[in-house]
Amino acid sequence: MKKILSVLLVLAMVFSFAACGSEGGDEGNSDVKIGVILVGDENEGYTQAHIEGIKAAMAATGITEDQVTWKYKIPENEQCYDEAASLADAGCSYIFSNSYSHQAYMQQAAAEFPDVTFIALTGDTAKSSGLPNLKNAFPQTYESRYVSGVIAGMKVKELLDAGELKPENFDADGNVKIGYIGAFPYAEVVSGYTGFFLGIKSIVENVSMEVQYTNSWFDLVGEGEAANSLMADGCVIIGQHADSTGAPAAVQAAHSNGKNAYSVGYNVSMLSVAPDVALTSASNDWAVYYTYAFNAILNGEEIPTDWSEGYNEGAVCVTELGTSCAEGTADKVAEVEAAIKDGSLHVFDVNNFTVGGAHISSYTDAYGMDGAEAIKDGYFAESTLRSAPYFDIRIDGIKELN
Amino acid sequence: MAKNNELSGKREPLVRIVRRTDAGRIQSWGIRIAAVLVALVICAVLIYALVKMNPLEVYKAMFFGAFGTTRKLWITLRDTAMLLCIGIGLAPAFRMKFWNIGAEGQILVGGVATAVCMIYLKGLPEILLFACMLFLSSLAGAVWGLIPAWFKAHFGTNETLFTLMMNYVAISITSFCVSKWENPYGSNSVGIINPGTKEGWLPDLFGQQYLINVLMVAALVVLMYIYMERTKHGYELAVVGDSENTARYAGIDVKKVIIRTMLLSGALCGFSGFLAVSGASHTISTGTAGGRGFTAIIVAWLAKFNTFTMALIALLLVFLDKGAVEIASKFNLNDYASQIITGILLFFILGSEFFINYRLVFAHKEKHAVQAEGKEA
Repeated sequence: MKKILSVLLVLAMVFSFAACGSEGGDEGNSDVKIGVILVGDENEGYTQAHIEGIKAAMAATGITEDQVTWKYKIPENEQCYDEAASLADAGCSYIFSNSYSHQAYMQQAAAEFPDVTFIALTGDTAKSSGLPNLKNAFPQTYESRYVSGVIAGMKVKELLDAGELKPENFDADGNVKIGYIGAFPYAEVVSGYTGFFLGIKSIVENVSMEVQYTNSWFDLVGEGEAANSLMADGCVIIGQHADSTGAPAAVQAAHSNGKNAYSVGYNVSMLSVAPDVALTSASNDWAVYYTYAFNAILNGEEIPTDWSEGYNEGAVCVTELGTSCAEGTADKVAEVEAAIKDGSLHVFDVNNFTVGGAHISSYTDAYGMDGAEAIKDGYFAESTLRSAPYFDIRIDGIKELN
Repeated sequence: MAKNNELSGKREPLVRIVRRTDAGRIQSWGIRIAAVLVALVICAVLIYALVKMNPLEVYKAMFFGAFGTTRKLWITLRDTAMLLCIGIGLAPAFRMKFWNIGAEGQILVGGVATAVCMIYLKGLPEILLFACMLFLSSLAGAVWGLIPAWFKAHFGTNETLFTLMMNYVAISITSFCVSKWENPYGSNSVGIINPGTKEGWLPDLFGQQYLINVLMVAALVVLMYIYMERTKHGYELAVVGDSENTARYAGIDVKKVIIRTMLLSGALCGFSGFLAVSGASHTISTGTAGGRGFTAIIVAWLAKFNTFTMALIALLLVFLDKGAVEIASKFNLNDYASQIITGILLFFILGSEFFINYRLVFAHKEKHAVQAEGKEA
């Protein structure tokens, strides 16, 4: 009994000691404390990109390691609210979360802690929630997807010119078949694959695309299977908007067995898993946003409710070109990127796509946009009304398989 | 050794394992606590050897993660209550040796039933709404438990496969409901249900959001203990678990006991789904059960179905979980580190049961030990 008592006593002492360790408040903005809620850790590409972005922003703005509290592998459930509230308790005045479905819990915490700013990255309800301390940010990834499409288009053109494509690679109308693996059937993905498709189309006019959804953001096996079924259907390029390396790995395996197919990845370079077939990956440079946000925090400025930037600010990019890219790809990429930057090229230019066989000049049906006009000056102005994508038009030439 | 045996002419192992019946409550708990302490020391050595960190700092951080602030303490209690509630639901089934690995599914259907009430029955008076949620979530869980039990009782189907497959059906139903209720559209998540009105959310009690969860489960701990240890039902299901033939010989209706017990087990797991949705997350997703239906099996078995011990085991597991998040945050030790700590702790706790039930008798001490045993007997 004595033993138990002494153990309990020791535990109680450790507990009270630990409780004293909680930190006090902060004065002035240079001592600001920032909390970061991450859906994964450094072993998962999407979160790794955020970690790198935050570290780069810390280095650029002079925010030190002890000002930032990291919370790794926080699932998209009430634990996100628990952690957000605990971070607020611990004196963090700005709290970031990096996954879309964290948003509902961030919103719950934002309502409870009006003095703390909650930034739900890739979220979309900051404006509509009416909470002044809930913010969203989303880079204009559709631009980098367009550029990755241009890279894929160059490859398709090279294959066409060399006469390497087989009859199975063409659809009934003589278009070259492209495949795309999407996570979920909503605007973010639709916007992305449409940008990708229009990028390819800018190089090779006669293409059509099939989109296979996996209903998961990260599914190694499912994405691999989707890639295999698209390749079996004759698709020459496999693009993706899902986070695993399943698809590039499957394309690499098929290529090694003599299949003529290439992969365009997402987030990180896929060259390590698909050295012979990875052309590039569409990606974001999160450091741009985090640096912007950290500077605003340090200067005591309000963080915008919706932030969205693309090539102009360097917030999006494509990763290193693979060895299998067609000749002249790098020059073409530089040319297209320059055109996007100087505004002479708009990804969703209404002249470049048709809906039901006709060009459109007005679109007010974007989901959740309350009938706002999305088309201005002859192009669909993505991510200007709010940061999260809302391009959800299904254009001609793209078929969703499921 | 071999030589010795040859010389003496008979096999005499260096160590013999002898069953002991003399371990009293204090001695058993002494062994268990010693096992935990040894495990902590071994983890400490490992932590220092692998990452050169002060293990005390790591343990301190784990404590802070689980109990460091009032909020953290209540979150730990809430999650413990949830895990414990599932364990309480599983205990009678497992004592009956009915391998109910379908708790995940039973929780999910309970959660879906709760969400249905929160979405479609809002506007009802609060009392009525909660009555509906409680009743329907338990009913859904009970039905999910009844189906495999009925087939087992009447056709002798394998309940392990059956309950497991019922999980996938439940996941698909949940998935369907999520896509039906998703908000915003296309996001594949239901979002927080009734965020403004908080209708169907378990209310605060004495200013504590999760006190009701804890109290309800605490009551279940006592009730289930009484049911299993002090009632005819509890006795019958234990007999069925030990030997169906004995049960039949004693005039116990085995089919009835199987079905009755699984109705109860499923209902309690369904109630856990209510706790998860109404009392914690206020939303429903395929991750609502989150593997806790399987973890709770460990809780039930480790505690040998004693509901009070189950509370301790559940607390330990939740503590380790919360500690893991904190040490990842503070020391950048990712979840593999905390999984190692959890693994070692569980290994030692399981191992301690061996030393409670058996003693090792070394060859040269045998005489002494046998004498001692004789005296005690």
